[in-house]
Amino acid sequence: MASPLLLTAAGEVGGDFFRERSSGTLPCQAQSSHLFCWDWAKENIDRYGTPTVQHLEIVLLSVVIGFVVAFGLALFAHRRRQLQPPLLAATGILYTIPSIAFFFLLLPITGFGRDTAIIVLAAYTLQIIYRNTILGLANVPASVKDAARGMGLTNRQILWQVELPLAIPEIIAGLRVAVVSTIAIATLVVFINAGGLGTQIYGSGNLTFPTSIVIAMAIVMGMALLFDLVLLTLQRLTTPWRRVRQA
Amino acid sequence: MTTLPFASFTGAFEFIFAPQDSNVTGGNQVGGFEKSLELVLKHLEVTVIALAIALIVALPLGLYLGHRGRGELFAVGIGTAGRAIPELAVIALVAVLIGVGLKTVAPALAILGLAPILVNTYVGVRQVDSATVEAARGMGMSELDIMRKVELPLAIPTVMGGVRGAAIVIVATATIAPLAGVETLGDFIINRNVYGENGLLAGAILVALLALTLEGSLALLQRRLTSDGLKLKTV
Repeated sequence: MASPLLLTAAGEVGGDFFRERSSGTLPCQAQSSHLFCWDWAKENIDRYGTPTVQHLEIVLLSVVIGFVVAFGLALFAHRRRQLQPPLLAATGILYTIPSIAFFFLLLPITGFGRDTAIIVLAAYTLQIIYRNTILGLANVPASVKDAARGMGLTNRQILWQVELPLAIPEIIAGLRVAVVSTIAIATLVVFINAGGLGTQIYGSGNLTFPTSIVIAMAIVMGMALLFDLVLLTLQRLTTPWRRVRQA
Repeated sequence: MTTLPFASFTGAFEFIFAPQDSNVTGGNQVGGFEKSLELVLKHLEVTVIALAIALIVALPLGLYLGHRGRGELFAVGIGTAGRAIPELAVIALVAVLIGVGLKTVAPALAILGLAPILVNTYVGVRQVDSATVEAARGMGMSELDIMRKVELPLAIPTVMGGVRGAAIVIVATATIAPLAGVETLGDFIINRNVYGENGLLAGAILVALLALTLEGSLALLQRRLTSDGLKLKTV
């Protein structure tokens, strides 16, 4: 059942998108109470291509930048214990500030657009990746490090050949959480005009059109699941000794 | 890249404390301390209600599943799926399909908080030393008592980690609640055409401060709830 009130409201905010829909011949697409309209979806699925690519670009750039910074910080703080609490607190603040507020806090400095989106999302991932890397390195048994030192490995060799490989499960676990949450949060970059799948939820007329919201949501969650599985596979491939132990 | 001509941090602070002429609709007075306080309180109200609902549902479920050692796949799956839910879509769908207002927005926000609390409670309980649970059982404690008096207290640091995660998601998402008819601080941000650019920045500042204050309070609460014995162990 179409609520006349909602349709009028949608007509006011909506641009060509809504008009295009309401002038269509299919009845279900004009009803805001209709959860999903297959016919409309089949015909319009190609309009999700560009936003999906934008979304992906923003997420990948953010996570890669976040990873490089957080990983670097973790390695730097690994042998300097006194730096760990302040770094945890600093990344914690960046993690706690809601992204949507963070976007606008940066507005006077970096303005609208993709740069702001990437800075905020990268800052958000820092805490997750930093904490897991530190945790992974701390979980390496002292006996293993002693054995490596006994074999004549230098500190640098111990870090890259012993500690980091053993910390991979925790590091990738952090990366998985960071990627999945960033994919979901990146829908909010629509508020600073940075595109992405959020445009298909909040863009003109979409807010009162459940089909579009459901499609965008499905793409976001599918993307998150896909990346989660890819990272899980990567973790298995890079830690073969774990499988041996289980067998 | 366009930088806004009007937005400045001084302008935003003025907006928070004293009503100003709207630079968009001439003549109207917008912002000011009373309005800001009203929105802060509403934001806090929605957040607390949603967090309470999430806690009431997810805590007992996580405790039970963790205690029985069942549903690991379920808990892990919920965790990943929960993180993958786009907040904007949840608010938009609830508003268009079910209706607007506090009664629909609070449960919708609670959904976003379920996953972190459920997963952390489950993991926290599973990490409790099984010898401790056996000892409690040997002393004649009922299963319910074991959950309440042994497993929950020992899992508190992990459980509170989940609660804090849920609070962060909920307080952040409450910012877009005005899309579903609840006037939170997001009103300053979303209704840019009413409050102007100073209002936009003021909203962002207040949301950030509220989130940090909430997180700080929960960290203090976690300290109060954690037993002294556990505190020693983490040092």
